[in-house]
Formats: sequence, C-alpha cells, structure tokens
Amino acid sequence: MAILIDRDSRVLVQGMTGREGKFHSGQMIEYGTTVVGGVTPGKGGEWVHGKPIFDTVKGCVEATDANVSMILVPGPYAADAIYEAIDSGVALIICLTEGIPIRDMMNVYEYLKNSNSRLIGPNCPGVLTPGQAKVGFMPNYVGMPGNVGVVSKSGTLTYETVAAMSAAGFGQSTCVGIGGDPVIGTTFVEVLEMFEADPQTEKVVLMGEIGGRAEIDAAEFIKARMTKPVVAFIAGRSAPEGTRMGHAGAIVEGGQGTAQEKIDALRAAGARIAENPETIPELLG
Amino acid sequence: MNLHEYQTKRRFAQYNIPVASGKTATTPEEARIIAEELTGAVVVKAQVLVGGRGKAGGIKLAKSPQEAYDATDKILGMDIKGHTVGIVLIDPASSISSEIYLGITNDRAAGKPLIMASSEGGVEIEEVARVNPSAIVREWISPSLGLREYQARNIASGINLPREHWAAFTKIARNLYRCYVESDAVLAEINPLVITGENVLFALDGKMVIDDNALYRQSELAAQRDTSAEPLVETQAREAGLTYVKLNGQIGCMVNGAGLAMTTMDMIKLYGGGDIFPANFLDIGGGAQADRVAAALRIILSDPDVKAVLFNIFGGITRGDEVAKGILQALQEVPTDKPMVIRLAGTNAEEGRAIIDEANIPNITAASTLTDGAKKAIAAARGEI
Repeated sequence: MAILIDRDSRVLVQGMTGREGKFHSGQMIEYGTTVVGGVTPGKGGEWVHGKPIFDTVKGCVEATDANVSMILVPGPYAADAIYEAIDSGVALIICLTEGIPIRDMMNVYEYLKNSNSRLIGPNCPGVLTPGQAKVGFMPNYVGMPGNVGVVSKSGTLTYETVAAMSAAGFGQSTCVGIGGDPVIGTTFVEVLEMFEADPQTEKVVLMGEIGGRAEIDAAEFIKARMTKPVVAFIAGRSAPEGTRMGHAGAIVEGGQGTAQEKIDALRAAGARIAENPETIPELLG
Repeated sequence: MNLHEYQTKRRFAQYNIPVASGKTATTPEEARIIAEELTGAVVVKAQVLVGGRGKAGGIKLAKSPQEAYDATDKILGMDIKGHTVGIVLIDPASSISSEIYLGITNDRAAGKPLIMASSEGGVEIEEVARVNPSAIVREWISPSLGLREYQARNIASGINLPREHWAAFTKIARNLYRCYVESDAVLAEINPLVITGENVLFALDGKMVIDDNALYRQSELAAQRDTSAEPLVETQAREAGLTYVKLNGQIGCMVNGAGLAMTTMDMIKLYGGGDIFPANFLDIGGGAQADRVAAALRIILSDPDVKAVLFNIFGGITRGDEVAKGILQALQEVPTDKPMVIRLAGTNAEEGRAIIDEANIPNITAASTLTDGAKKAIAAARGEI
C-alpha cells in the first residue's frame, strides 16, 4: 500500500516531447514507473523513450488506459492541459508547471471540484512512492521504501529532507509535493487524511512555509483526527513581512501566515517541530 | 506587480468606475498649471508603492495654485519608507460625508475571488480585520458566474449603506470585479469609496496588484511597471528570470527552489549566533542554465555587505553540472576573492562537483549538507575560513 501512485499506475505525460519533459520522463521510466505514452498536440505519431506520442489526451487514454497524467507544459497552456485531462477522465492529474496565472487556477479549481479527478499541484515536484513509481522531478536516488508519509509545499526542500531521512534509515510510504501556489488542487489536510487511512504509513512528515493558513488547517486536523505521529518543519522564520519569497503563496500579510504562528499551532496539535530539516530523522526516532 | 494610485484610477475609469478627475505632475510648475485648470482646492498626493504616505506627509491639501506648487515642491524627492517620490497626483478636493472600503482579492483556501467591504473606509482592511472583524462583510464569487447583483446588494445591506445608493454601489462593485478579472489582478481595492456631500459615490483612492504570472497577457499593464520604485538589483534579477529579495545580512545565498531558499536563510539565522544573517533571498528557479547562474552571482556580489556566498543547490529539475558551469562562467566574468561555500546535491551533482574540483579555485570550500553549508558560510563570513 501507499497513496496516490503505485506500481500499477499507468502514467501519461502531457508535454513529453519538450526538453524537460523528455529528461524527466526518461528518469521516471528508469525508476520503474509505468509510463504508457505522451501527449503533444501536433506531434502525434512520434516516439519518445519508446513510448507513443498522441495529439490528444483522449486519444492517449483510449489507446493506453492511462489513469495518471503528469503535466509539464508552459504556464500559459497549463490550464487547458488540466481541463483536457479532466475531460478525458484521468483520475489523478499531477501538474508540475510553475507560473500559472491565479485566475486560470481559480477557474480550474471550480471545474475540478465538479469532476471526479484529483489534481496535485500545480508548481509542485510531483509524487514519489519509493520502490514503485515516481511522477515528477524528485531525484531518483533520494527515496527509500518505508513507512513515513511525507507531504510538502516545496520541491527542493522535500528532496533535501527525504534524502536525509533515507540516509538515516527512515524509508517513506509516499512523498507528496502539493505545490507552493496560492490555489492548489490538493491540500495538506487531504493528504493527511490519506496517510491516516493508509495501513503502510505509520508516521508523517509535514513541510510547510510562510503564507496562507493551510498549515493551521493541518494543525486543526492533526489535533482532531490524526492518530499517527507528525513531525513538522516550517520554512521562512527569517522572512520579512510583506515580501513575497519566491513562491506566489509565500508571503506574510498583515501579520498573518507567519512561520511562528504555524509552528505554535502545529506544536499545540501535538506535532514535533524540527528547527532544521536535517534533524527530522532524529525526531522520527 | 503593484500599480500606482494614478495608474489604478486610470484603469478604474476605463471600467466606468467614477474617480476624481486629477492629473499627474513631475515638477511644481506642472502642479501649479493643473491646479489652475481644476480651479478650487486640490489635494497633492505622493505616488509611491508603499502604504502610510499620508502619515509621512506625502498628502497635502492646497487651496491655491501657488500652494499646489509649494506642496509639490516639498513632496517631490521626499523619502517615504525607502521609496523616493518622483511623481505626484493632483486631485480636486472634495466634500466627503462617508467613506467605505471595497476590495476584491483571491481567497486561496476557497480557491475563488472574495469581495470584501466595510463601512470603515480609509483604514487599511488588515487593521479593520484586527480591530473590528465584524465590520467586514464578505461574499465569495464563483468564477463562472461572476459577481451577481444580489451579492452586491448583500454587501450594500451588510455595511448599512442607505438604499438610495444601492444602484450606484452595485454598478461600481460589478465594474470593479470586471476590472479585477480582466486585469488579472490579485487585489483590486477602492479605499476609500466616498459618498460626497452631493450624494455622489466615487473612488477617492485605489490600489491594484497584478499577478506577475499573468503579465505575459497584460502587456498594457506590464508596460506601466515603475522600476524606479524598486532597487536596481531586483529589476536586474527579474530580467534574468530570478527571484531576488535584498535583506540586511552578510551571507549571499544562491539556492534553487523557494522553500529551500527560505530554509537556507533560516539555517544561517539559526546558526548565525545573532550577528550573522542572510543577505538575500535568491531562487534561481528550476532548470537554471549557466547564464542565469552567472547573472545571479553578479547580483549577489553587487551587495557590498556580502562577506561570503553560499550556494545550496539540490538538483531535481536543476542539474548540478549546469550550475557548476554557471559558477565558473560567472567567476570569469565577475572575479571575486570573497569566500564561497558550494553545496551540490541531487541530479548530476557528482558531475557538478567534479567540474568545480577541476577548476581548483582557492576561495571555494565544498560542503556536504545544508547544515554543513550554513555553518561553513557563517565561519567564512567571520573570516575563520
């Protein structure tokens, strides 16, 4: 068991023929992920890494029975790619694209909530179920099969932490990057619910950052519903107020969304707080 | 991207939101001429992209063209929280009987636009939220339905607006929503929306923030960016495709990924002993190419307070070999003897480390982990390496 993806996931890649699309789908195949095909409008009939490219998601799903789509197309086209995946009946859509206008995402969000698809991201590193499947950017070597669920807003911070966990012998059930944008398809709380229900997952690591109140919602959920222990790290304790720290969502506004406020809420909910992501393994022990 | 008040009000006017008929001036003489044209008293308002200009003396009432000249002469060049005033807006003064706040923003938790109003106009909405939260009335907007008339009426009734103004208010609210959507704004705010002594509603002041990710399709707004209002290095960084925020510490940071960049700053603060701090936030982004890394290094080194530089690159989409080439290229273009600590991990990190080792540069120290990198950079900034 794991959550979201496993060795039976059949993955299609929207944007597979681009430079990054080629590189990362190659890495995913090398990892053992079942990549069944790709979609690039106008390039149907080509092949990448021995996988067929289709003009449309619908055509790809019909031919390959894909049930997961990874989206790696530029920001201006990403919303359309998500709608296409939803309308093609793809159950799990993982959108890695950075820089999608928030208006597009609010439109997508409304459509998504009236569909049967789940969206992870956008602006996320994807999902990794160690030893089974990888959809996204996480470097192949960082993960190790185990029983700790990882959920994070950040990409590289997740690699950092997962690598440190693996080095210390703490394997992972699934690592989920939910993305750092203000409007995302799947929240901390939803992933925590999945980990709570997953028999393989025994402990959870949560990595958040300044801005918004998703970590506060997570703290409330942990307090009310989680039976599994949680270790949390919040990035941005040194961030000044009113300045956006890279991620479109990472900004402290009017004294709201500070790292300290989130740390206090998580601690009060019973989570162990890491000051340094490299000390997370010690807190898992 | 923030718009100035005058830019915001011009945009509002395009959407039939009533605004004052003011003009901008960049010299006292221009201000005098505008005041003569407007006749009657005027208000001279500093145009800066920062709040609190009224308290700082950036807004002055002028009863004659000469007073407008004198007020403009005082305000131009004034420093307001680090922003130098280069332009003023001359608006006709008006009689105000009441002030309302009306704003539209994105509610990230709900994933949809949120319109907010309060009868306490002229005060920052964050302040109202803190002091008197029940004074704020909210309606969430379905992106596919837009702001409905009944929602605007809910707001009008919620802030106890007299019924005679509901029609005008509803029109302004719906026009503001249209302006917000079509401008790809993340914030469109009228504060205050005033009711004059003559019972007319108009936007006395306005603020808009445009989504940076949407500027590619908002060329008219993108062209209005005032780069004189931001530090030169931030302009340079944006042009190089980097996210850079200047801070007040001694260790320049170059990191890939926003979360890790913040964490790297946090580690410098954590281990810095209260006297060493990060000098900047810098995210070189995903898939950083050599030329972008070079641009980033140039920007970091242009900060005279920087005593050491920490590179923390955990490759996923970014590849270690490309970063290493970028560092070497940048060092050829911008030679420096400042100590540099380099930590490479992840995709193609070994190739990257090999490239750095081969170059054999004396002021480069390798680090193995995030903690190791932070501690070595702190030691380097103290002159201990």
